[in-house]
Amino acid sequence: MNSGLVMYEEEFRLIAGICDRLTRDANAKVVFLVDKNGQLIASSGAAQNLDTTSLASLTAGNVAAMGGLAKLIGEKEFPNQFHEGEKESLHMSIVGGRVVLVVIFDAKSSLGLVRLRVKKAGEELAKVFDVLAKKQATPGAQSPFAEITDDDIDNLFSE
Amino acid sequence: MSFINYSSREINCKIVYYGPGLCGKTTNLQYVYAKTNPEAKGKMISLATETERTLFFDFLPLSLGEIRGFKTRFHLYTVPGQVFYDASRKLILKGVDGVVFVADSQIERMEANMESIENLRVNLAEQGYDLNKIPYVIQYNKRDLPNIATVDELHRLMNPRNVPEYQAVAPTGVGVFDTLKAVAKLVLTELKKGG
Repeated sequence: MNSGLVMYEEEFRLIAGICDRLTRDANAKVVFLVDKNGQLIASSGAAQNLDTTSLASLTAGNVAAMGGLAKLIGEKEFPNQFHEGEKESLHMSIVGGRVVLVVIFDAKSSLGLVRLRVKKAGEELAKVFDVLAKKQATPGAQSPFAEITDDDIDNLFSE
Repeated sequence: MSFINYSSREINCKIVYYGPGLCGKTTNLQYVYAKTNPEAKGKMISLATETERTLFFDFLPLSLGEIRGFKTRFHLYTVPGQVFYDASRKLILKGVDGVVFVADSQIERMEANMESIENLRVNLAEQGYDLNKIPYVIQYNKRDLPNIATVDELHRLMNPRNVPEYQAVAPTGVGVFDTLKAVAKLVLTELKKGG
């Protein structure tokens, strides 16, 4: 079975820092980072009024569907996507082949600025995810769930 | 593919409901949604056609409680059942931790069931998963309808691996939570092994 993504405190802080900075530098409303499988990794900016779980799942679905389209026309993927709304727009960018960086912005920013800042933040994030991947691949990096018992699992389902 | 977050002390897993068109995958999720406390669930999303057939997927996030200080979250997805949506089905299986196969118990749907299981096997293999190894349960749905196959027969046709199987009537909830609990348990047990 494929091993899942594991996020540690240290890397999470780095990632959150990069997202916060991107929100400021790009004049964005919200920035969030999603695993390609639809799990929300981090969010920054005015995310509290947003259903970030749904956003994450739909982002992954969208990126996967666009990836499927890309392959049909002979492209590997579409690393950057832009969706323009009446007031708010959405920029998605694939980072390190594994995660999706999403920026939501309005008229206070511009596509050019967002693109520029996303490029820099994307490079920084890719480095952090490289470190994470190495950490996870280290022999002895044990599942935190190795010690749970069948009772722990059963207790979850007792009414 | 599970996502373990030490920072927020959360573990997220993905469960996919698979099966032929009109077998009741969406109905399973709708029942779970209707019967779960508001604090334990997120919004249910359905990307459906105008006639309410699933076009891309349904999505329902659920919290099950804590294990050793980690919040366990399950993301339930359905796939579109109709044969021609195969490209979409493949995408949704990405990163799956556990699969529920919802079979339509009606005799005339047996071929559709078998075709869908075979499709599941092939699509999982494309993502690097083995249907014989992945956490997997089968639900025999529509047990209230008149023209249905016996459970023995369904078992013989669809469950050679002898995975947990449940009889269900999804609109009234019979078997729905049993199925979900069974697959969630298998997923957590797999994580315990080291995933």
